[in-house]
Amino acid sequence: MTVPTDKEPSATPAAPPPSPEAIVAIPVRHYGRWISAVVALSVLGLIGYAFSQGDVNYGAIPDYFFNDQILRGVRNTVWLTFLAMLLGVGLGVVLAVMRLSKNPVNSALAWFYIWFFRGTPVYVQLLVWINLGIVFKTINLGFYQDEWADFMTPFLAALLGLGLNEAAYMAEIVRAGIQSVDEGQTEASHALGMSHGKTLRRVVLPQAMRVIVPPTGNEFINMLKTTSLVIAVAYFDLLQAAQDVGSESGAAVEMLFLASVWYVILTTVFSIGQYYLERRYARGSARRLPPTPFQRVRANLRSLRRPEVAK
Amino acid sequence: MSESSGAVPMVRAERVHKSFGPLKVLKGIDLEVAPREVFCLIGPSGSGKSTFLRCINHLEKINAGRLWVDGELVGYRQHRGKLYELKDREVASKRRDIGMVFQRFNLFPHMTALENVMEAPVHVKRESKASARERAMKLLDRVGLADKAPNYPSQLSGGQQQRVAIARALAMEPKLMLFDEPTSALDPELVGDVLDVMRGLAEDGMTMVVVTHEMGFAREVGDALVFMDDGVVVEAGHPREVLTNPQHERTKSFLSKVL
Repeated sequence: MTVPTDKEPSATPAAPPPSPEAIVAIPVRHYGRWISAVVALSVLGLIGYAFSQGDVNYGAIPDYFFNDQILRGVRNTVWLTFLAMLLGVGLGVVLAVMRLSKNPVNSALAWFYIWFFRGTPVYVQLLVWINLGIVFKTINLGFYQDEWADFMTPFLAALLGLGLNEAAYMAEIVRAGIQSVDEGQTEASHALGMSHGKTLRRVVLPQAMRVIVPPTGNEFINMLKTTSLVIAVAYFDLLQAAQDVGSESGAAVEMLFLASVWYVILTTVFSIGQYYLERRYARGSARRLPPTPFQRVRANLRSLRRPEVAK
Repeated sequence: MSESSGAVPMVRAERVHKSFGPLKVLKGIDLEVAPREVFCLIGPSGSGKSTFLRCINHLEKINAGRLWVDGELVGYRQHRGKLYELKDREVASKRRDIGMVFQRFNLFPHMTALENVMEAPVHVKRESKASARERAMKLLDRVGLADKAPNYPSQLSGGQQQRVAIARALAMEPKLMLFDEPTSALDPELVGDVLDVMRGLAEDGMTMVVVTHEMGFAREVGDALVFMDDGVVVEAGHPREVLTNPQHERTKSFLSKVL
């Protein structure tokens, strides 16, 4: 027997063997990180310098930031984004279900819709909606009738143009989500005597949500920016407001900067919302939730700091 | 329903054929399952036993032959010598009387064990939530999992999930239970709990059709056994006779490999 503790007479027999000394080593130095940080910062600095030397009246941006017209444009942009997405998601779910239906008429109709709306630019669609009066002089829904030009307001053209186009994309997202659910789930609910519709609502769609939510958040942020195209139908959105204010005040380019800042603020707010929504749906399937942005920033800062060798 | 041999068979198959495209899976199955009987289907993989089980509740459509459950044609209505396909809604309503347990459990992962068991009674039978909850708790207790009611399937072991799946099927108070290799996906030490639950069901007189590789269970609990190979019934009889004294070469060679 050559157990070391037996050999050492000085060791007290009752004491447990001491745990080995903690490793003290010089950590790997990440010189590349420092170099790339310096390069990136100097390029940014140069760009910033160029902008500061330009003939730009930066003072106009804070002056008009909370201008009434601008705020009305922001409100309209957010409102239009919500409604168009609502239309897109609702119709998208219907189209996805039709596309997967055993009924060949439904499936072909959905296929045609998606083919058509994905095949034409949304800007062109907006222009067509506002000009459809060339086909329909009047509208008659039985309970409501009007001249087309009075019926198709800029708001309605914007909503239909953006929402119907979005539905085609949402349909594909929802279809992918539905198809990601294991077939055994459908079989199990059919075996329990559930109808197709009930199976879809109670079993398939709730499980498809985890796949549907992330790209839908993406679509939402995309929509927020795509609303700037509704200038084509003369709807008063954020960009239109910025241009109006710009031509009145003579600070046209400055107002475009202002609009950009507003768009960035809005997309940031929605991105954060999306992040927490995804985190919520990851519950139960992911073993550990991903870190919140704050946790991630803190972790990155810690890695930049000079590593302490021993504690 | 009486136990006498004159009663309507719970399942009757007459020259049942089923093919997937060019692949013939069932090539003329004839068999009868009496009420309150435990009927075991054994055979090598690919022999068509699972497919036949799925035909019984019309998860698969048969191509030829006739199949009856409790005296009624599966998936069709016969009227003046013509067959009419049943509507989805009618098929669904017939499935309510047939419970099915799958090899891979197929519990709903977004619902707790209790919600899984309550789902069909509440949303198919329109039972009140309070009474469905009470019955679901009794069923979970019966399969020994009353304490797991608030747990999600991902928090349960395979054996526990399968017992919840059995409780979920029983919640519809079926007259016939189909088991599709219920213990094949389980760790060996978890198999016993599931078989115990099935044994209890058999003792209570439930009619059961069981596709299984558990020869011990078949011998001990089964009332009838069929050995299938390559889409046909090779040998049928009482489990003890077939398993201990097989008559056909194919049965002998199969049993020599699994026993």
